[in-house]
Amino acid sequence: MMKFIHKTASPPYFYRLSGLWIPWLGAITLLLLIAGLYGGLIAAPTDYQQGESYRIIYIHVPAAWMSLFIYMAMAAAGAIGLIWRIKLAETVAVCSAPIGAGFTLLALVTGSLWGKPMWGAWWVWDARLTAELLLLFLYLGVMSLYVAIPDKRVASRAVALLALVGMVNIPIIHYSVEWWNTLHQGPTVTKFDKPSIDMRMLLPLLIMAVAFKIYYVWALFLRVRVELLERERNTQWVKELLHQSKEA
Amino acid sequence: MTPARKKRIFLISIMVIGVAIATAFALKAFNENLMFFFSVTDVKAGKAPAGKDFRLGGMVVNGSFKRKEKSLAAYFDLTDNQSVITVYYNGILPDLFREGQGIVSKGRLRQDGIFEAEEVLAKHDENYMPPEVAESMKAKTTPAY
Repeated sequence: MMKFIHKTASPPYFYRLSGLWIPWLGAITLLLLIAGLYGGLIAAPTDYQQGESYRIIYIHVPAAWMSLFIYMAMAAAGAIGLIWRIKLAETVAVCSAPIGAGFTLLALVTGSLWGKPMWGAWWVWDARLTAELLLLFLYLGVMSLYVAIPDKRVASRAVALLALVGMVNIPIIHYSVEWWNTLHQGPTVTKFDKPSIDMRMLLPLLIMAVAFKIYYVWALFLRVRVELLERERNTQWVKELLHQSKEA
Repeated sequence: MTPARKKRIFLISIMVIGVAIATAFALKAFNENLMFFFSVTDVKAGKAPAGKDFRLGGMVVNGSFKRKEKSLAAYFDLTDNQSVITVYYNGILPDLFREGQGIVSKGRLRQDGIFEAEEVLAKHDENYMPPEVAESMKAKTTPAY
């Protein structure tokens, strides 16, 4: 088992494998996005209360889920990097941050666009919105800290620690709407109860969620490959790779 | 597992747990301030700051909405199914505002016990369904006479 992990996690092996996966991941993302957007924007019925405006849910909610999911993935990869000193895990943690920051920003912006017509305000300082904004700052902090330290292996460790400390914000974001009075609504799907959304509306939402997840893997692989080449530029396998591409 | 790794796992766990406990205490201490609004019962119990602006949240009581003729000034009752407070608001209400809707309003309590709002926000719930499903659910819950 450990042997398999070490083999898969070795930079040259991962570089080759991810190269094979990337076109497939991109194609699946595209197909799911088309299916999800068609289902959400065209096929799903209008809402009894919010009319057509609710359709921004198909971007807002999957983006918000991803902002939490990517943070947890980043912190987990960071912890693995800290404990086992696996280079690939360090790289995955570092490369997750910009993607997560993007999804967080997307969730905040779409939420703001949704809030104005429905609540009557672009922004309110309620617990959910404030905690999500804090998440964006955590991502930006991770990104800044990484570029601020020249030694990339030391930087990865610092970043992993920051990511782990920030983990405390994740349950706060999720439960903020239950622990405190907020203007933001309570959970519709992510609760133990039956989802309080019509099946025809829920299905495109789940498709979009899967599409965003696979997009993350795709974007992550692209970023990790570049980061690995840069970090390992003086190693034999990168030199061989360069040599091959020159010959071809 | 090597002793060095065990030690690192231990240190990381201690750090994460420590931060979690510290945050839990901090949030507990700031609990009141993290509430976006006071419920009607809270205000009736005198928990809201007197003579200061605060937010009041609740459901608009059915049949309580009254608007003065040729003006935006409106009175309506807010409830949390336990107590009721009358709200005065002079301004444009959000699209989702209607009787039976949850809202959050910002303003202050007048001497006569009426809440004078300077901002009204609509709070929608977590239910999403097509209009015909909402209709049939309504038909089920309210008995036909």
